[in-house]
Amino acid sequence: MTTATIGGKTVEVDGEGFLQKPEQWDEELGVEIAKELGIELTDRHWQVVKYMRQQVLDTGSAPSIRSLGKQSGVPIKELYQLFPKGPAKMAAKIAGIPKPHGCI
Amino acid sequence: MKRIVILGAGTAGTIMANRLRKKYKREVGSGDFQITVVDLDDRHIYQPGLLFIPFGTYEPSDTIGTRRSELPAEVGYIQQRIDRVMPEENRVYLEDDSVIDYDVLIVATGSRVVPEETEGLTGAGWGEKMFEFYTQEGAEALAPAMREFKGGNLVLNVTEMPIKCPIAPLEFVFLSDAFFTKRGIRDKVNITLVTPLDGAFTRPLAASAFGNLLEEKGISIVTEFNTGAVDGPNGKLISYDDKTVDFDLLVSVPVHMGAEFVERSPGLGDDMNWVLTDPNTLQSKVKPNIFCIGDATNLATSKAGSVAHFESEILEENIGHFIKEEPLAPAFDGHANCFIETGFNKAVLIDFNYDVEPLPGKFPFPHVGPLSLLRESRLNHVGKMAFKWVYWNMLLPGREIPGVKAQMALRGKHNLAQYTGGQPV
Ligand SMILES: Cc1cc2nc3c(=O)[nH]c(=O)nc-3n(C[C@H](O)[C@H](O)[C@H](O)COP(=O)(O)OP(=O)(O)OC[C@H]3O[C@@H](n4cnc5c(N)ncnc54)[C@H](O)[C@@H]3O)c2cc1C
Repeated sequence: MTTATIGGKTVEVDGEGFLQKPEQWDEELGVEIAKELGIELTDRHWQVVKYMRQQVLDTGSAPSIRSLGKQSGVPIKELYQLFPKGPAKMAAKIAGIPKPHGCI
Repeated sequence: MKRIVILGAGTAGTIMANRLRKKYKREVGSGDFQITVVDLDDRHIYQPGLLFIPFGTYEPSDTIGTRRSELPAEVGYIQQRIDRVMPEENRVYLEDDSVIDYDVLIVATGSRVVPEETEGLTGAGWGEKMFEFYTQEGAEALAPAMREFKGGNLVLNVTEMPIKCPIAPLEFVFLSDAFFTKRGIRDKVNITLVTPLDGAFTRPLAASAFGNLLEEKGISIVTEFNTGAVDGPNGKLISYDDKTVDFDLLVSVPVHMGAEFVERSPGLGDDMNWVLTDPNTLQSKVKPNIFCIGDATNLATSKAGSVAHFESEILEENIGHFIKEEPLAPAFDGHANCFIETGFNKAVLIDFNYDVEPLPGKFPFPHVGPLSLLRESRLNHVGKMAFKWVYWNMLLPGREIPGVKAQMALRGKHNLAQYTGGQPV
């Protein structure tokens, strides 16, 4: 495991920059991670990011893109406008949770 | 009296009924235990065979058996649609309003394809130039379209993960390459695999091996394509971020979901109706006396018959522990094992689990094989075609398959380091 310094904080990350310890996250860190991804967080972004984080903390697994579209209150099309390089991955990264495991 | 109820008489439910009846032969004989299985019809489809129907390798009748004949006579069979499970009442409600009470419940109701979930897919063109092959009816409808295809863009689209048998889409494009070569029109057919994954498979090493095979066979691949809609009349796949892929003939692997009754069963499943299941013990999260096996689980392993087979050994053991009020064995490791048809009478075999990638090597006997892992061979193809016999005669009856264990073996496999020039395991 490697560490990275984001916005002055030292956190544990994987090879792709996903936080490994959700408890090291706070909203300011989320803003910093989003900046690195070229995203200025709006309320709509936060709605998705917070839903994503809560789901993972509650259930231990990340919602699929379809569930995200149904449950977060932001339709799938808009998800792609908000997070152009893949909503599930990007929202997870900003939310400070480990990379969602693709199904096999 | 202990009442064990199994929902679903597909691959996993049938295996469990056969295993439990063997384990509790005496108790079932004396009436101390009662095993009951529920399914909605009496047609057991050999699903791996559906892949071969569109190419005319199998006749439609080659994949159809009956359910009752695969179950032991001592096991009760109720033919009814399940309406819901009420975990707090330990009771299953059926469509005709009758109920079944249980002490132990095993959910084995599999997965289903839901093409309606994708905008436009079942609209104009469905059944004419847009098909699927994951159901008996779908595979049969596709066969004449493949026979009569005159050339153009053949697109295989994986709409969304998870799907059952995640290698079937690869097999379909490999077999299409061989099929149109034999028909003498391969030069008129562009074959493209369109997938939401970032490679040909879910795991990196296998993804690159299959990626190379696709290239050798002149098959294109479009990755990270999340299908939002299908425009039949104009022959276009449209992604959520407005990318498009043109098709003349579309073979879709539609969105998969768990059984519908899961939605009406409080606490049982997630929003795609997958049953929330412990990844190692196979106990449900909703209540200790409910277990889940096969495609119906929300586990991060492949939805495959081989997985159901490996799970069944562990589940049988854990049902035993549960009945004796002992702690459960957290023994399931996500083991999956699949033959992948690559066309021209060859196949590749892969073996992997939750943590370990598909690795090259020999299977099932270390260093001896006779089957080769992650490499094309004729013998693997023989293995794939023999799977039909194995399915009906060994898998469903719950017999041990020589050398093949529930937990994945690392002996005889080359590890990742060796694959890149290091030392064998
Ligand atoms: C094209 C294709 C190719 C495949 N190739 C392979 C392969 O090469 N190797 C491999 O290992 N696997 C393969 N598979 C996957 C394999 O067939 C499945 O993983 C396996 O059948 C899963 O078993 P199951 O018991 O969980 O589900 P199923 O066998 O699907 O059984 C579920 C049962 O539940 C019943 N049910 C559902 N809802 C209700 C209800 N409300 N009321 C009553 N009954 C209900 C259904 O009728 C069904 O009989 C393939 C699948 C397909 C479609």
